[in-house]
Amino acid sequence: MSSLTIKDVYKSFGHVEVLKDISLEIQSGEFLVLVGPSGCGKSTLLNLIAGLETVTRGEIFISDRMVRDVSPKDRDIAMVFQTYALYPNMSVRKNISFGLEMRKVPKTEIAKIVGKVAGILQIEELLDRKPAQLSGGQRQRVAMGRALARNPSIFLFDEPLSNLDAKLRVEMRTEIKLLHQRLGVTTVYVTHDQIEAMTLADRIAIMKDGKIQQFDTPRNVYRNPFNQFVAGFIGSPSMNFIPAQVVQIDDGQGVVLDVEGDRSYTLAASPGNGRLAQWVGREVLLGVRPEHLSDSLPDMDEDSNVHELECEVMVVEPTGADTIVFVRINGMEVTCRVHPDSAGKPGETMKFVTDMSRTFFFDPETGERI
Amino acid sequence: MSERSLSVAPRTPGVIAGRIFIYTLLGIAALYFLLPFLIMVMTSLKTMDDIRMGTLISLPREISFEPWSEAWSSACIGVNCQGIKGYFINSIKMVIPAVFISTAFGAVNGYIFSKWRFKGSEVIFSMLLIGCFIPFQVILLPMALTLGKLGIAQSINGLVLVHVVYGLAFTTLFFRNFYVSIPDDLVKAARIDGAGFFRIFWRIILPVSAPIIVVTVIWQTTQIWNDFLFGVVFSGGDSQPVTVGLNNLVNTSTGVKKYNVDMAAAIIAASPTLLVYVLAGKYFLRGLTAGSVKG
Amino acid sequence: MANEGQHAGMGFAGRLQLYLPRIVLSPTVLAAVIFVYGFILWTAWISLTRSGLLPRYELVGFFQYVKLFQNDRWWVASRNLAVFGSLFIFFCVVFGLILAILLDQRIRIEGALRTVYLYPMALSFIVTGTAWRWMLNPGLGLERLVREMGFTSFTFDWLVNSKMSIYTIVIAGVWQSTGFVMALFLAGLRGIDDSIIKAAQVDGASLPKVYWRIIIPSMRPVFFSAVIIMSHIAIKSFDLVMVLTRGGPGYSSDLPATFMYTFAFTRNRLGFGAASAMMMFMAVMAIIVPYLYSELRVKRNV
Repeated sequence: MSSLTIKDVYKSFGHVEVLKDISLEIQSGEFLVLVGPSGCGKSTLLNLIAGLETVTRGEIFISDRMVRDVSPKDRDIAMVFQTYALYPNMSVRKNISFGLEMRKVPKTEIAKIVGKVAGILQIEELLDRKPAQLSGGQRQRVAMGRALARNPSIFLFDEPLSNLDAKLRVEMRTEIKLLHQRLGVTTVYVTHDQIEAMTLADRIAIMKDGKIQQFDTPRNVYRNPFNQFVAGFIGSPSMNFIPAQVVQIDDGQGVVLDVEGDRSYTLAASPGNGRLAQWVGREVLLGVRPEHLSDSLPDMDEDSNVHELECEVMVVEPTGADTIVFVRINGMEVTCRVHPDSAGKPGETMKFVTDMSRTFFFDPETGERI
Repeated sequence: MSERSLSVAPRTPGVIAGRIFIYTLLGIAALYFLLPFLIMVMTSLKTMDDIRMGTLISLPREISFEPWSEAWSSACIGVNCQGIKGYFINSIKMVIPAVFISTAFGAVNGYIFSKWRFKGSEVIFSMLLIGCFIPFQVILLPMALTLGKLGIAQSINGLVLVHVVYGLAFTTLFFRNFYVSIPDDLVKAARIDGAGFFRIFWRIILPVSAPIIVVTVIWQTTQIWNDFLFGVVFSGGDSQPVTVGLNNLVNTSTGVKKYNVDMAAAIIAASPTLLVYVLAGKYFLRGLTAGSVKG
Repeated sequence: MANEGQHAGMGFAGRLQLYLPRIVLSPTVLAAVIFVYGFILWTAWISLTRSGLLPRYELVGFFQYVKLFQNDRWWVASRNLAVFGSLFIFFCVVFGLILAILLDQRIRIEGALRTVYLYPMALSFIVTGTAWRWMLNPGLGLERLVREMGFTSFTFDWLVNSKMSIYTIVIAGVWQSTGFVMALFLAGLRGIDDSIIKAAQVDGASLPKVYWRIIIPSMRPVFFSAVIIMSHIAIKSFDLVMVLTRGGPGYSSDLPATFMYTFAFTRNRLGFGAASAMMMFMAVMAIIVPYLYSELRVKRNV
């Protein structure tokens, strides 16, 4: 039983409020990712869970135990740091066993645990080396080994992959995921990289300015963002936000899109979005992901929500598997993701399709979903 | 430190002349710095007749180690004619505990100021730093009285106390600046692993402190050994350090002036710090520049 | 970082851990409070009394300071400090800078030269003073050497000449401390971005011009530090004077530090000596405080 509950937590440093009204609950075995831009408070929240800082207001429960006055070493947690924080004067073996030593675990037991952990992470040959003699990836493994050896209720990761090069990062990401599948320990993982968040998390908490913007599964965060920030943060290339006029169309509403080259389209919003009615005659932000502005979409012929647009191509960026095409709509540069073979050339006009049921509308002032 | 390649110039006559000019100037400067020491050595090996008949830079006509043995054990300083041996030993007895204690405190203080900051700790640190700057004249009088009240006036222990107290600011500064470059995450990881304040210091911080310990010990040894002000004010008779002894020897107004003995005594007095410098000059330099690069 | 905040339910052990840093720091803080701040206040107090051989604690106002300003020897000492200080700083900075620039030119024996230039810093001022006292000895030192070289009418009696004695202190002090200033400048020079130099050379500037117009101006902070530190050393100068000239002949080469020592400890005029000490203190503070203030301000702007 290693659940984690965070209730109405506030944290201030002096007069600066860094975390506001944080409430989360995760079950035993869940992989929670805290993601957001730098300064959003995610590392601070991790430090609060670890007990390295204390909450200003609110409560934190680990396995239903209130941990307000419990020091880090008694919270049954283990942490992996961005800088690995390996003890430079100790061998890998000693690094891993240090925490066990502090807890007065008998030597034979320690040896067994170190052996097991080294096996899981495949660092047996490194056991007698010092951190300075290891590569970045190896150090990362040792850091995880140190955490594993403690067999904690909760794993905490503070941007562990940020110091690795791109390729290594992808490899380690997969390893962490495999490890979690194998061991099933409750994990809280902090990162600023939304891809890491999406691939690793059971649930994601997206943070900005000390508040949780949305706490949901990766799929929901992608398909159903609560506000403009979340919508723009998740997904790469990021969502387009096109300012557009709302007009009345029959029983529903739609938006006007002026495409570069004197074409104008009025696209009906998918039915079911009743609140748009209050916005008729005003400007909203139309949120559409590049992958939903493509040369072809599944079921495009039958789906009534799929509309066709002809746009002039401004810039073309081939990226291998896709090609990114830039067009101009309503005076804004819009990113579209198309199949490489369908991409036009700059200056040419191309046919695009968009699925209005996959678009979102945002209040231009507050960023809230409409 | 990478070498500057200001000019990877071709070896034209102009450039070569320039290099010769530079080396000449540097050579003259080297001579300027070395000459006094060479003169000291040569003078210490001459007999007084030799000195009277020769010049500063004339080589000794016959090398005599008389002045050295006299300086060490029989030169008259004030009323005692026992050389500077006693003073030398006093200095040793003073320097070793003073360096050890001030370094130890400096290490722990630096550890606290860099890894265990609390509300107001930066203010306290600045307050401590000011102590580096005060002219010691402002504390001489009250300190003399205090040492008297504590019963350690005119004693080596008194000197040790003074040097420790006024060395703390520097040693703390050195260690704190060094420890700031040790990642904070290391302490966090250790805390999560279950280590407390002292355990972290002993098992994690101290083992990687060798460079700064060396710098601090060298700096403190040099400062304390070479000190004169505290020595002349706070010690007396049996407890005077070698700098005071040397000064008394050189400025003694009784008897015939024996310059060769003076020089020998000076070299003896200078030898420990010179030795340290020759063996570990790199660290000495680090101490000099570390102390002056603030914050 | 240490924990902060309310810990109502904490046990004694937990509380202890929390306050441990403060507890461990307290001896040092106590020492600073008593032995630095407390003592300075005591000296200030005494300087406002009529203390003679023994301290008396009744305040009499600025009596001692008035006496100080009426004291010819104090004026000599202060004037000497100005002369010595400015010459000392000037020559150390100029020589130090030149040496640093020369050493910066990819010299093969740079390490050895640096060792030679710096070793005087490892010596006590007493040793340095002893050496120079001998070298400038009126009968047997420099004077005789130059005379033996042919310049029979050369005189060098500065050591015993009341007009010139202060300059002997300059000579010895500069010899001792130039290396240190050189080290500071060398470190500063090495910190300059190479690409700026290369750009200047591409622009057609000759090497001396590059130094004069670009490098030296960009070393302003190092200049500043060097001057501050050298001023500090100059004001505190005591050892060198005591061994080289004893402040003499008479008191012609006296400095505030030796003045204070003489009156406080050999003439047993505690109040008077304290006043002179406070004057020194205020002089140092007048230099250090603006310096620290400007350093801190720079940090806040960054």
